[in-house]
Amino acid sequence: MATNAITEPVERDNYLNAGYGIKSWLLTTDHKRIAILYLISITAMFFIGGFFATMIRLQLLTPQGDLMSHDTYNKVFTMHGIVMVFFFLIPSIPATLGNFLIPMMIGAKDLAFPRINLLSWYIYIISACLMIYVILNGGVDTGWTFYTPFSTTFSNTNVMLAGVAIFINGFSSILTGLNFIVTTHRMRAPGMTWNRLPLFVWSHYATSVIQVLGTPVIAITLALVAIERVWHVGIFDPKVGGDPVLFQHLFWFYSHPAVYIMILPSMAVISELVTCFSRKRIFGYSFVALASIGIAVLGFLVWAHHMFVAGISAYAALVFSLMSYFVAVPSAIKVFNWTATMYKGNISLRTPMLYALGFIGLFTMGGMTGLFLACLGIDVHVTDTYFVIAHFHFIMVGGAVMAYLGGIHFWWPKITGRMYPDGWGKIAAGLVFIGFNLTFLPQFVLGYVGMPRRYAAYKPEFQVFNVLSTAGASILAVGYLLPLVYLLWSLRYGEIAGDNPWAAQGLEWKTSSPPPTFNFDETPVVTWEAYEYDHLPKEVPVVG
Amino acid sequence: MEQQRESTTLGMWIFLVTEIMFFGGLFTAYLIYRTAHPDVWEMGSQHMEFKWGTINTVILLTSSFTVALSVHFAQLGKTKLTALLLLLTVIMGCGFLGIKAIEYHNHYVEGTVPGHWWHYYEVENPDGTKSQAPQQLQLFFFIYFVMTGLHALHVTIGIVLLAIIALWAWQGKYTAEYHNPVHISGLYWHFVDLVWIFLYPLLYLIANKHS
Repeated sequence: MATNAITEPVERDNYLNAGYGIKSWLLTTDHKRIAILYLISITAMFFIGGFFATMIRLQLLTPQGDLMSHDTYNKVFTMHGIVMVFFFLIPSIPATLGNFLIPMMIGAKDLAFPRINLLSWYIYIISACLMIYVILNGGVDTGWTFYTPFSTTFSNTNVMLAGVAIFINGFSSILTGLNFIVTTHRMRAPGMTWNRLPLFVWSHYATSVIQVLGTPVIAITLALVAIERVWHVGIFDPKVGGDPVLFQHLFWFYSHPAVYIMILPSMAVISELVTCFSRKRIFGYSFVALASIGIAVLGFLVWAHHMFVAGISAYAALVFSLMSYFVAVPSAIKVFNWTATMYKGNISLRTPMLYALGFIGLFTMGGMTGLFLACLGIDVHVTDTYFVIAHFHFIMVGGAVMAYLGGIHFWWPKITGRMYPDGWGKIAAGLVFIGFNLTFLPQFVLGYVGMPRRYAAYKPEFQVFNVLSTAGASILAVGYLLPLVYLLWSLRYGEIAGDNPWAAQGLEWKTSSPPPTFNFDETPVVTWEAYEYDHLPKEVPVVG
Repeated sequence: MEQQRESTTLGMWIFLVTEIMFFGGLFTAYLIYRTAHPDVWEMGSQHMEFKWGTINTVILLTSSFTVALSVHFAQLGKTKLTALLLLLTVIMGCGFLGIKAIEYHNHYVEGTVPGHWWHYYEVENPDGTKSQAPQQLQLFFFIYFVMTGLHALHVTIGIVLLAIIALWAWQGKYTAEYHNPVHISGLYWHFVDLVWIFLYPLLYLIANKHS
């Protein structure tokens, strides 16, 4: 079955060869091309954020921190946070995989509003350019959380412009969410009922609801900060009766649901990976679907757990602590269901599955440490320390980024028509897993023994854990750079992937790789349930 | 066609929900600060020009009527009438903005624009003596300007939107079968009007007006 991968076979018409030239890409309304535009932009922002992470870890190699001044360090961790949260994590899976796959998974030709989709990307690019300008012009030093009154009154950095950039970026998020909601309601193929939808679509629907409801709040909040910077008076200013803590409430009212915007799409990917690589139906479809909705709803009710030491009343703290315990339940349900799906399944440890397994373990650890933080007594001790940093990096990096990489590796053959060498994929996945754990496990210890977050220097007894963490980060960096190399390599030299190299279920696998511009030659009519793996081969075919 | 109509209508409703959340942050701030400083809020409300606020309310309510009428005639396929009613709505929207400009100018002269331009320091007491205006009055005016300013921005967007739709209606783009853009633009305008209906009593009608 030797395929000469170097010579170009006769290509069918697909979305990649449908038009050549820069205009056909920059003026496209094809959701698949827009997904690729996003993929390139988001990868660029990821490496910018990664650059700042590298600077942080280098600075923290020594207790006195000789690499940069404390002021510069403040800017470095702020830009790391802003770029990673707003310009990488929030758009990542929805704008790339969501954009590419949702219309195909529901049997549609495109999203409900293709031109708004392109507009979303342009808004993202404008906001990213503005943020890059902010970086080059000295950055911001307030932390990605922009707490007042430092951000409004005392910081000497580009707070206003950064606020404007994030404000604009928010509209990209809102419009994508709006597009997905209307698409899911109105564009499903005949026979594709809600209960036959892949869980990928359910999770993205829940994500979109959060995006649509939450993002406007941070938009107005940062607008108020920007106005206060310009007008030199504002509603967070105690001199006129304002309250800086009000900023925190308004900020976290969005930013907590925002973390669910970041994790729900990751869970969407995992549902697809776990079923395909266990050759089994998902265990408890309705529970997983409704858990997504539950996370979206409950996620709006816990914001003040970021403010336990900000001076809120004990009664408020009690309520938010209780709600934070509740919100863990739907996430746990999903983890149980994925695990049960794997039970007695025929598991193949291909690259995407390695990422999925890594996700399940690391997300669970991150989630459990979240429960520790929800406990008031513990939180008072570890808040604003490296414990919190380790907690959210376990979820965001060990969880969300791994799921993103797993999704990219799973759908790469569908998107490009090429397969990457699975051996290299596994090596990279292993390096990511090892590097990640070495980077962030020591940080739990550091936080618990008292190293504060956002500090450019620390007590000498903390050095060994910091060195371990930096060593881990360097391994992690290699793990992230490798896919860049072999995935790009595969575009030219990779084995030609067929329509369904993983023998997976789902409408996207029933069309060619790469798909035609309008996705399907004929509108599918769906008469089967999701994840009917009993009708498919028991083994994942050997590819790559 | 049907799918397109339902999709765009659903899309507009979702967008209006995001707008509610957008203004919601400001209404939250209003709620918290009014509860904290009720007397300052009453004082601030007395500085509002009741006459202009009321006229503006009547203007916007009437404009909602004209836009609803335009949708009605669009459904009947009477596109010229649709365009004329939309134009009337646009004119009333411009009138609203003009009055707001007058109000803003009067505040500027009075010294109640927050920040650099604040120079309102003396307050007449009921017994005729003068005292310093409380600093919190700036807070009230900050909220007033941001809320009405954001609202005015949305009125402007609505004006532009309705003007374009009016032009297309006049050019015969819409029929009884296809006129959903008129409908959803009308929805947007109704939303803008509804925000004002909340703003007007919250800003203008707090204090007891005896005179």
